[in-house]
Amino acid sequence: MCSLCGILGCDDHWTNAVDRPGVYSRNRDSQSRRMETARRLKAVNRIASYRRLRLEVWQGRSYVLSSATGASSVFEALSHLWPEAEALAGRAFDPLDEGLIAWMEGQRT
Amino acid sequence: MSGAHPLTPVILLTGFLGSGKTTLLQRLLDDPSMAGAAVLINEFGEVALDHHLLDRIDDTVVLLKSGCICCTVRGEVADALLNLESLRARAEIAFDRVVIETTGLADPYPVLQTLTAHPVLRSHFAHGGVLTTVDAVNAGRQVDHRAEAVRQIAAADRIVLTKTDLAPPGTEAALRDRLGRINPTAGLVTSADPVPAILADFGPALLPAPREGGHDAAHVCDATCNHDHGHDHGHHHHHHPGADTLGVTSFSLVIADAIDWTMFGTWLTLLLHKYGDKIFRVKGILVIEGEDRPVAIHGVQHLIHAPTHLDHWPEGPRQSRLVFILEGVSPDLIRRSFAAFTGLQEVRTAA
Repeated sequence: MCSLCGILGCDDHWTNAVDRPGVYSRNRDSQSRRMETARRLKAVNRIASYRRLRLEVWQGRSYVLSSATGASSVFEALSHLWPEAEALAGRAFDPLDEGLIAWMEGQRT
Repeated sequence: MSGAHPLTPVILLTGFLGSGKTTLLQRLLDDPSMAGAAVLINEFGEVALDHHLLDRIDDTVVLLKSGCICCTVRGEVADALLNLESLRARAEIAFDRVVIETTGLADPYPVLQTLTAHPVLRSHFAHGGVLTTVDAVNAGRQVDHRAEAVRQIAAADRIVLTKTDLAPPGTEAALRDRLGRINPTAGLVTSADPVPAILADFGPALLPAPREGGHDAAHVCDATCNHDHGHDHGHHHHHHPGADTLGVTSFSLVIADAIDWTMFGTWLTLLLHKYGDKIFRVKGILVIEGEDRPVAIHGVQHLIHAPTHLDHWPEGPRQSRLVFILEGVSPDLIRRSFAAFTGLQEVRTAA
């Protein structure tokens, strides 16, 4: 829980599942969490750069998404990422869009 | 949360109106393996018919009071499960699984979403699988005209064919073929099968081997594939691949190389954010970079459940396979998108 605002902060996204027997998760300990967060930022930023957005982590707890014009939004759960990104960019992130597919193909090289 | 108590599986029993859910539930509850089950049933309308048909009403049967389970009763499902958990915590009852019988018009997704999203429930209960009854006499008409019926079939982890003794000769085989094309991930049994067979290896994480017959399981179609598939339903246009019931199709992505888990998760999240209302089902077994054992994922519409780390590979080739059941989304675009995002070259679509 966030001690400042009292919100029950729980990043309940499936890629960040609570580590239980039988569950595949990289949410095991602080080291694996940090490593996965770094990988996630890299992966998301490859996509977000299509609309000139950038994702960062604030205090290891919240995500900060910012645009090239300086606008930003803060959220706690990964499940909020793409709605926030679309709101900030003012345009859709469609993984089946030819432009985004070409952008991702171009990122590989 | 290491050392957490095991989550109690919640089995969702669904199926169209009159498809024999309660009859099946009665049979299942008679089986010794289900002795520890708590049951939530739903009354629809003023007369709790389902309730009266059940002859095992005891402390672990909770009747959901109002309306259809699909939306209005979502809060009641949560309340009923919390009530069960509270009674168990006080040692007033004991149960090792929960069965929820939905109404015939229910889309299973909201109930699954409740299990996953509710902050208390998700610490006590887990999705234990969707069991869908399909009436062999009337199913053909229902899947032609009723989106709810198709969604229930698409959400199934196991399909139980009922009333097969009443169906005209030849109907069952055609129906099996059709169901297999709507949802190739679900095991198919009949309600006449022994209860252990109906419940054997039942769970959302299990991905059955590719279907025999129809498409050759070993053959993988790709964008250049131009042969006729010889479906036995009288028309031979090259619909690709899967079923054509209310526009619902199913296909698999077959991926030769190990997958970057982080990028895969980001891609699938974005795909479901955009197309979750058209993708009824995703189920897959994946080779993840840096992992010896396979990871199974399964989801319904916008919802993906916690990924399962399997102990060993099931029979068959050790390659990633991701099955989609969807409507109005191009399988080839999904394939191209997956390849572009993950940077993997050998990604093919298959039936």
